[in-house]
Amino acid sequence: MNSTTLLVTLIGLAIMAYLYGRRRSLAVAAASGGVRHLHSLPRYYGYMTALWCGLPALIVLLLWSMLEPMVLNQQLVASLPAEVQELPESQLGLYLNDLKLIAASQDTAQQADQVKIDAIAYLQHMQELSAWFKTALVLVLALAGITWGASRISQHFQARNAVERVTRIVLMLSSGIAVATTVGIVLSVLFEALRFFEAVPVWDFLFGLEWSPQTAMRSDQVGSSGAFGAVPLFLGTMMIAFIAMVIAVPLGLMTAIYLTQFATPKFRSFAKPVLEILAGIPTVVYGFFAALTVAPLIRTMGESLGLAVASESALAAGIVIGVMIIPFISSLSDDVINAVPEAMREGSYALGATRAETVRKVIIPAALPGIVGGVLLAVSRAIGETMIVVMAAGLAAKMTANPLDAVTTVTVQIVTLLTGDQEFDSPKTLAAFALGLMLFVTTLILNVIALYVVRKYREQYE
Amino acid sequence: MSNKMSHNINNTEQVRRSLKKRHRQEKRFILLGKLSVMTGFLFLVFLLADISIKAWPAFQQSWIQLDVSFDPQKLGVEAPADEDALKKGNYRGVLKQSLYTMFPDVSTRRDKKALFKLISSGAEYQIRDTLLAVPEKLGTTQQMWVLADDDVDSFLKEPKMRELPQDDRRIKDNQVAWLDQLREQGRIESKWNWAFLTSGDSREPEQAGIAGALRGTMLTILVVLAMSFPLGLAAAVYLEEFAPQNRWTDLIEINVNNLAAVPSIVFGLLGLAVFISFFGVPRSAPLVGGMVLTLMTLPTIIIASRASLKSVPPSIRDAALALGASKVQTVFQHVVPLAMPGILTGTIIGMAQALGETAPLLMIGMVAFIVDIPQGITDSATVLPVQIYLWADSPERAFMAKTSAAIIVLLLFLVTMNLLAVVLRKRFERKW
Repeated sequence: MNSTTLLVTLIGLAIMAYLYGRRRSLAVAAASGGVRHLHSLPRYYGYMTALWCGLPALIVLLLWSMLEPMVLNQQLVASLPAEVQELPESQLGLYLNDLKLIAASQDTAQQADQVKIDAIAYLQHMQELSAWFKTALVLVLALAGITWGASRISQHFQARNAVERVTRIVLMLSSGIAVATTVGIVLSVLFEALRFFEAVPVWDFLFGLEWSPQTAMRSDQVGSSGAFGAVPLFLGTMMIAFIAMVIAVPLGLMTAIYLTQFATPKFRSFAKPVLEILAGIPTVVYGFFAALTVAPLIRTMGESLGLAVASESALAAGIVIGVMIIPFISSLSDDVINAVPEAMREGSYALGATRAETVRKVIIPAALPGIVGGVLLAVSRAIGETMIVVMAAGLAAKMTANPLDAVTTVTVQIVTLLTGDQEFDSPKTLAAFALGLMLFVTTLILNVIALYVVRKYREQYE
Repeated sequence: MSNKMSHNINNTEQVRRSLKKRHRQEKRFILLGKLSVMTGFLFLVFLLADISIKAWPAFQQSWIQLDVSFDPQKLGVEAPADEDALKKGNYRGVLKQSLYTMFPDVSTRRDKKALFKLISSGAEYQIRDTLLAVPEKLGTTQQMWVLADDDVDSFLKEPKMRELPQDDRRIKDNQVAWLDQLREQGRIESKWNWAFLTSGDSREPEQAGIAGALRGTMLTILVVLAMSFPLGLAAAVYLEEFAPQNRWTDLIEINVNNLAAVPSIVFGLLGLAVFISFFGVPRSAPLVGGMVLTLMTLPTIIIASRASLKSVPPSIRDAALALGASKVQTVFQHVVPLAMPGILTGTIIGMAQALGETAPLLMIGMVAFIVDIPQGITDSATVLPVQIYLWADSPERAFMAKTSAAIIVLLLFLVTMNLLAVVLRKRFERKW
C-alpha cells in the first residue's frame, strides 16, 4: 500500500477503534450498574482507544516516509559497482536520479547498460520490500494499539485525563512549529551560505562591486569570471525600495489622516475596503501590470521629454511596489492615529487650532513612533518583494543612481540563480542562499525594531 | 492699562488677520488628503480596467471552417480500420488537401506553407479525435470548424493591424487576401473560448488553457488547508488558553509575529533546502508547494485565531469551569465553537494569501512547463499565479491576452474567498 492509502486505512481503523472502545466501556458500565459508575464519559474511552490505535502508527508512518528515501539511497549506492561509487558527488546524484526516473517509469526494456538494469532491479526490489514492511508495521501497530487500549478500559480508568494530557501535548507541539520554522530558515540558509563563503570570501561578497554569477563551464570560456560582489544588488534594492517609499509614505499617511479625521463615516466605510483591495491583489498581477503597462508608459513619457529610459526602469517597479504598499501604511497609521487619546485632540481644538493644525502639530507628533514603526515594516516589505521586480526590473547588475536605468535586486537574483536546472552545489546556486541570508537578516532586524517601537508606543497611552 | 488693552486688540487683530490664511491651509490639507485617497482609487480602477481590456480577446477564439475529406487513401489507412490504424493516419495531409482544394491557385511551396499556417498546429489532432469518435466518417467529407492560428486570431481581433506595413505584422498580404476570401464565404467565426478553461498549458497560444493550473491550485490549496487549519488552530488555542507566561511562550509569540513579516521568497529557500534536498519530497509537486505555503500562512491564521479566541469573554470560561468541566472541555466545547467564525475568517484570508503567492513556488520548481493535468499531490504541477508568470514571459502576442484572462480568473477566486470571509464575519460575528 502506498502512504496515502495507508493513511486513509489508518483513519478508518481509528474510527472503528473509537466505536469499539465506546462499546466496551458501555458494556463495562452495564456490568457495574450504569454509566454514572464509570470514571469518564463513554466517548473518552473511545477517544483513548482511537489514540492508541492511530498515534503510534501515524508517528511510525511519518518517520518511515521521511527516512525511507535516505536509507534507500544509501543502500542503492552501496550496491553499485566501485567505479560508479567513486564518481564526484554531483554526478553521482544525477546518476541516481536517472535510475529513479527509469524505475518509476517501469520502462527498463530500452536500457542497454547491464549495471543500470541491475541497479534498477535492486532499487525496485528494495522499494517493494520497504513498502511491504511499512504496511505491515503500521497495521500491526494499529491493531495492537486497539487491543491494548481496549484492554485498559475499566470502571476506574481515568480515560478523560489521559486523553486531555495527549491533547495538551499535541497543542504544545503545534505551537512549536513557529519556532521550528524560524530555526529551519536560519539553519538552511546559514548552512548553504557558509558553504558559499568557503568558495567566495565574505568580504568579497559584502563589499565587492561587481556581480556576474555566470561561472565558466569550461576553463577556456571568456567573459564568465564568476564575480560575486553584492554591492550593486544592495544598491539596486535600496533604490527601488526608496522609490516605493517616496510614493507610499505620503500617500498612505495622507489617506489615513483623511479617512480618520476628515471623511464622513459613510465615505470611510466605503473607501477603506476599496483601498484594501490593493493589498489583496497578488503580486504577480502587479508585476504583469508594471512590466506591460507602467514601464512602457514611463518610457513614452520620458522619451517625449527627451530622456533615455530603460525599458525595465527602476522607476516602474518602484512606483508599483509603492502603490501596493499604500494600504499597508494607511491601515497601520490608521491604528496608531486612532490610538491617540481623544483628549489631546479636543484640547487642541479648545485652544483654537484648526483641524489641519491639530493633525500636524498634535496628532502626528503623538503618533510618530507608531508611524515610524509602520514605515519600517513597509520598508521590509518593499525589500522582500519579489514578483514585481522579477517581472519589471532588470537582470544586469549596474551601479547607478539614475532611477530611469535598469537595476537588479537581491530577490531578482535569488530567483534567477535558483530557477532552471543546475546542480545544487555550484557557487551559483549557493550564492542565492547567501543573498537569502542577507535578506532574512535585514528584514528580521527591521521587523524587530518596528515591532518593538510599535509595542512600546502602544503601552504609553493604554 | 490702556497699553495692555491695545496689545490685546492687536492679538485678536493678528489672529483674525491670519485666520484666512489658516483656513486656506486647512482646505489645502483636506484637498491633499482627498487627492491621496483618489490616487489610490484611480490606480485600482486603472489596473482593473487595463487588465480587463487586455483579457477580453482571450475569451473569444477565431475558428476556420474547412471541408475535410477523410479519404482513406490520403490518410494512409485501409477502409475498415481499427483504432490504432486510425490514430496513425496522415491528418496533416488531409488538412493540407482541403486547404489546397479551397485555394486552387496557390501553387508555390512558400505560398502553400503560408496557407497552411493559417490554421492551428493542433487542428490535425482535433480532426483525428473527431474521426476516432465516429469511425464511420471515414471516406466521407465533413464540414468542420478548426482553430485558427494565434497570429491569425490576433490579426482578426485588431482591425488596426491591417493598416500596418507588411513587414510590421505577422500576417502577410497574401494571407490577408485568403482570410478575406474565407470571411466572405462565412468560413471564419469567432466563438466563445471554452478551451481556455478546459485544456492544459501549451506552447501554442490558441490551444493553451488554465485547466492544469486550476487543478494544481486546487490540490495545493487543499494541502495548505489540511495542514494549516488544524496546526494554526492548535497553536492559537495553546498560546491563548493553555500556555504559561514564561520565556518559551514569549519566544513563540515573537517568532509568530516575525514570521508574518518574513519575505515569502525566504520560505521558498527553506522549502528547497529542507523539504526537497533533505527530506526528498518530490519537486514541483502540490505536496511540497502546500507545505511551504502552510508555513507561510500559519502566522496569519494563528494571529487571527488568537484575536478571535481573546474576544470570547472570560465569563463563558468561568461558567463552564464552575459547572465542573475540565479546562480542555471548556476550551473545546465552549470557547472554540464561539470563536469559530473569526477563526474561519482568518483561515480564509490565509488561504487567499496562499492562493495568490508565486515567489516561494518558483524556488521549489513549480515553474516547469507542464501540459498534463495533475492527478495527485505528488504529480508535477503548476498553479495559477505561476502560470500567469510563465505566460507573461512568453513573446507571443496572444499570450498577453491569455495572461490577462488568467489574472481575471485568479482575481475572481480571490474576490469569492474574501466575500465569503466578509459574509461569515457579518453573519456569525457576535458582539459581547
